[in-house]
Amino acid sequence: MTSADPHILFEDVSVGYGDRLVQRDLNFSIGRSEIFAIMGPSGCGKSTLMRSAIGLLKPFTGRILYAEESFWDADRERQQILMRSFGVMYQNGALWSSMSLAENIMLPLTEFAGLTGDHAMEIASLKLAFVGLAGFEDYYPSEISGGMRKRAAIARAMALDPETLFLDEPSAGLDPISSRLLDELVVNLRDSLGTTVVIVSHELYSILGICDNSVFLDTETSTMLASGNPRLLRDECENRQVRQFLTRGGQ
Amino acid sequence: MSAAQLRLNHPEAGILQIQMSGSWTLASDLPSTNAAEQAVQGAQGLSRLCFETGNLENWDSGLVNVVYKLARHARHADVALDLSGLPKGLRDLLELAETVAPHQESSEHHPDSAFFAEVGEEAVAFVRSVVDILRFVGGVAVSMGRMLTGRARYRASDLFVILQQVGAQALPIVSLISLLVGLILAFVGAVQLEQFGGDIYIANLVGLGMVRDMGAMMTGVIMAGRTGAAYAAEIGTMTVNEEVDALRTMGISPIDFLVVPRILALILMMPLLTLYADLMGILGGALVGTTLFDIGVYEYFRQTRSAIDLFDIFGGMFKGLVYGAIVAVSGCLRGMECGRSSAAVGVATTSAVVTGIVFIVVACAVLTVVYNVLDI
Repeated sequence: MTSADPHILFEDVSVGYGDRLVQRDLNFSIGRSEIFAIMGPSGCGKSTLMRSAIGLLKPFTGRILYAEESFWDADRERQQILMRSFGVMYQNGALWSSMSLAENIMLPLTEFAGLTGDHAMEIASLKLAFVGLAGFEDYYPSEISGGMRKRAAIARAMALDPETLFLDEPSAGLDPISSRLLDELVVNLRDSLGTTVVIVSHELYSILGICDNSVFLDTETSTMLASGNPRLLRDECENRQVRQFLTRGGQ
Repeated sequence: MSAAQLRLNHPEAGILQIQMSGSWTLASDLPSTNAAEQAVQGAQGLSRLCFETGNLENWDSGLVNVVYKLARHARHADVALDLSGLPKGLRDLLELAETVAPHQESSEHHPDSAFFAEVGEEAVAFVRSVVDILRFVGGVAVSMGRMLTGRARYRASDLFVILQQVGAQALPIVSLISLLVGLILAFVGAVQLEQFGGDIYIANLVGLGMVRDMGAMMTGVIMAGRTGAAYAAEIGTMTVNEEVDALRTMGISPIDFLVVPRILALILMMPLLTLYADLMGILGGALVGTTLFDIGVYEYFRQTRSAIDLFDIFGGMFKGLVYGAIVAVSGCLRGMECGRSSAAVGVATTSAVVTGIVFIVVACAVLTVVYNVLDI
């Protein structure tokens, strides 16, 4: 399956840790300004694949292309520049615990956008307001709830207005309302800034509700079973396992 | 409530009926099931296994477990299983336990390794770890170079916080330990020196001992336990929480940002702490010399001044600097190598302290030989 305007292209990618292969023969593409889900049962290698996509873990084989440029064939400096076009929200937020929320967001702004302290502070407040955390600038990550930490982590991921936003299990552990607000936030971001969003998830509500496209990774065969629009996959996919996943085992 | 009982019946040839009665709960005394298991496993010509639970009172996992075991044995021995005699709830639970087939461990996951294979793997792992240490030290050196030319990215406020933690906040413990080491040195020496009437040489012994070696060494060991462990735990926890990954994806080198300020702080503070420890040690010796042995305070300090010179002091401070670098590098290295679980943080912390202390002693031996050769 190829999107009309592929932004990220996976070509014969296999990923794993150490000697252990987790996923192989992955071929799919993510279109520009698409909300894309990497889904599959727990432990199938979704997060591992994401680590390869954001430049933390070299794939065993294959190429990952960003706008036709292969990330892992580029030299170190070019990789650093590409990485700056990613915004990443890690599974547990990964906010820097020794810094306040505002400082967390200001660090990339002062480092890379060359903003001065006051200006960076204003932008940080704005980003926190986007995620509904206005007024929490001076709080430390340990002083706020898990859901708030996730939202603050998204605010940090958005700090540099990235071209691609990677979200690792954004709504895991959130209550239904917060989880919906988060989904709305993602859709808004895409609509207003044209960001490509890659979501690693097994939350059906989010996947079926907001994702335009998806890929399904399987644990047993260690490869992808299907890709395409998740709603179409739910109704029409030939693979029984994928249909079962998307209907909570209903079919 | 009657006690649980298990009886084996053979109503017809080839059929084994297991009769269970009474109260089968985990809290009650359950009868042994060995006989029943052996009857299923070893039976010749057994074709069907069934159950009879007419007099069963209450039951819980204790009973399910027994039936589950028997059912597995039966399947293994190709004996037909007739569960109709069991309560419905129990049949449902049994079905639940058997919906998902047991996970088959693939042979490559935990390969059976022979002794020599394991020795070989350990050796390869050791070489790899040495390469990792060298690569880390190299990376740190490059980052230090960047910092000296003002191009490393770290926050000055972080550096000041760390300086305070490893410097000022370490003073109480360094005072206590150094004072006591001075006291001990004085006591050990005094017992011998008194026999020759050379009490006054306690000052020489304590002064030289503290300034040349013990001051730096004790401070180094304290810092390995205090700061090295803290570095490993801090950076290790950040690794577990993916905070280090977050720095990396932002294009900020974790070595610049986390490691360099920590190493710099210890390198700056260790010589000063060593100097302070020297002073406290000499005070400890003086305490013993002036109160328990008949030496005047002024006399004691004059004797100390005549015993040590500036070279001794700077030599000791240089040792302190080296130990500081060792403690900081081993703490940060173990933290960065940390695995992705909370247990791994514990391993990293322990390993940082052990590595730090081992290398401090090695460095001390090397430096002492070098000083001797150079006649310092």
